[in-house]
Amino acid sequence: MITARKYGKPVGLLALLGVAIAFPLVFSDPTYTTIAVFALIFASAASGWNIFAGYTGYIALGHAAYFGIGAYALAIICQRYNIPGGWEPIYLIPLCGLIAGVFAIPLGAIALRTRRHTFIVVTIATFFIVQLMAFNLRGLTNGSTGLDMPIPFQWGAGYQGGNQSIYNLPFYFTALALTIVALAVSWFIRHSKYGLGLLAIRDDEDRARGLGVRTGSSKLSAFVISAIFAGMAGALFAYFIGSVQPQFDFDPLFDLSIALMTFLGGIGTRAGPILGALVLEFAQQWLTLYFTQDGLYLILYGVLFLVVILLLPRGVIPSLQELWAKGRARGRIGPLVLPVKTPVMSAGTTSPPTATRMTGQAGETAHEEVPR
Amino acid sequence: MTILEVRNASKAFGGIHALNDCSISVEAGKITGLIGPNGSGKTTLFNVITGYEKVDAGEVHYDGRTITNATPNKVFAMGIGRTFQLTRIFPRLSVLENMHVSAQRHSLRGLLGGWSRSNERQRALELLEFVGIAALKDAQAGNLSYGQKKLLEFAFILIAEPKVILLDEPAGGVNPTMINHLQSRIQELNKQGITFLIVEHNMEFIMQLCDTVTVMHRGTKIAEGTPANVRQNPAVLEAYLGD
Ligand SMILES: Nc1ncnc2c1ncn2[C@@H]1O[C@H](COP(=O)(O)OP(=O)(O)OP(=O)(O)O)[C@@H](O)[C@H]1O
Ligand SMILES: [Mg+2]
Repeated sequence: MITARKYGKPVGLLALLGVAIAFPLVFSDPTYTTIAVFALIFASAASGWNIFAGYTGYIALGHAAYFGIGAYALAIICQRYNIPGGWEPIYLIPLCGLIAGVFAIPLGAIALRTRRHTFIVVTIATFFIVQLMAFNLRGLTNGSTGLDMPIPFQWGAGYQGGNQSIYNLPFYFTALALTIVALAVSWFIRHSKYGLGLLAIRDDEDRARGLGVRTGSSKLSAFVISAIFAGMAGALFAYFIGSVQPQFDFDPLFDLSIALMTFLGGIGTRAGPILGALVLEFAQQWLTLYFTQDGLYLILYGVLFLVVILLLPRGVIPSLQELWAKGRARGRIGPLVLPVKTPVMSAGTTSPPTATRMTGQAGETAHEEVPR
Repeated sequence: MTILEVRNASKAFGGIHALNDCSISVEAGKITGLIGPNGSGKTTLFNVITGYEKVDAGEVHYDGRTITNATPNKVFAMGIGRTFQLTRIFPRLSVLENMHVSAQRHSLRGLLGGWSRSNERQRALELLEFVGIAALKDAQAGNLSYGQKKLLEFAFILIAEPKVILLDEPAGGVNPTMINHLQSRIQELNKQGITFLIVEHNMEFIMQLCDTVTVMHRGTKIAEGTPANVRQNPAVLEAYLGD
């Protein structure tokens, strides 16, 4: 039992990784791998977004700006420096993320002067400013026509009609790598003092500040980190699509998507945004495929979302965790012992905290037992 | 020796004078009680000392320095810890995580390092044991009972090793057994040299615990002295019976 718990997680993660690596080799149909590439790009962006929005509780809805900046950064660099294509643009993705991150410093600093609802509005506003710049700085961005990317990979015999199952592979594995990095960074931050500060900000910012948490720099750095992931996702997206255009790369729906994905999977959790992205992206593509009538899939998409919000308001991951914990508590303590109050008291050992809502009776029992 | 002093502080909210030319001082190493009818300005005084509110006029001195209108984090870093009348803990963090929030480390290594395996964790567990909620270390703080939350807030102030602790109604809503427990803990810490300023409506608690008692009424100090003296002061009786 104990060993299973100790090794269960790493083994499970390795198994998932194995599935992720095998997926495009087993389901090599480009229809699937294309969806998978988009799903993973969104998964990495959502996971990065969650580091800021999920941990601090500040809902930023202007990350499409950084997605677009990353995309344009790659297009512009490739054009200026005559990057031939192949793997080279992929190596430039981290740089494009950093460029997006640099933009995020002043924009984030401005937005973070406000809180909660005002903050959301300001981030949306900064997005539209950046989008406007993409349309109008024609010398740099070529206006609404956009820019072309270099031809990616020759071995797929080109984009059109060639062997697209091979064509998609480098994108798939790059997107997978980005997702893994985002997950690793999320994990690392969640286990650091810095991350604990972010979570404290989410719960009570003024109190956290009063206790010495550097709220200002913590929020801004988390904002920048999340923008870097959005920028990298944007750069990969643009290379995959083959061109950049203001209306596609600075798309307000981007933020809606990653926010929905994160909420669906469980905001503030590590796996939630990734799970949400995978589920929603596949669901969306499937709905588009089977309900071709214009707009119908959007309605179904909305209904699906409402159902999830109503049934699992905190997202899939926390709800599952709670169910699992409840099941475990029931299994261990057993129905016969349940009416006795004492097992509830030693909550630390008998059942995980999520299962025991320490309200009412349990709390009162604790009162009396504690002071001895 | 005076460690904490408020001089002629005034603070108005709209037309309400929460503090009105209020001066109090706290002796180092003592337990000082602060009492007064509802709305007499006790919490506002705490807020002014700890930087959560700015004064309109007056000064706050601590340990030879002026800390008037300093920010809450500066005041906390200087060694003044406080609890809130309605506790302010981090409800969605676990009890243990709450402890680690207030033990801040500002070096980059300290920030990026994990917290769960350090000696800080050891200290956090000791303090939870000390206040009596160690069994709840993994519980979500928001799920604690009201009294348990008060103990948690007290414990996470202690981890920062403050020199002065301001407690705003630590016994409010707490059952008698736990109040006794809390009382003995405060005395123990006081013996180690920590100064206390305690707001409390529970007179028995104040009378048993405090070396001196300061009484506020309508935003200003109206009496000061030993618990026994204050109890018999006519101005105090009038403040409580009047209105
Ligand atoms: N932020 C605020 N805005 C407006 N009025 C306030 C504010 N804070 C305090 N007051 C007012 O100032 C007065 C003093 O309040 P304070 O909370 O300091 O009293 P108190 O002595 O702590 O009372 P209690 O014993 O009920 O806690 C009250 O009249 C209160 O309504
Ligand atoms: Mg008060």
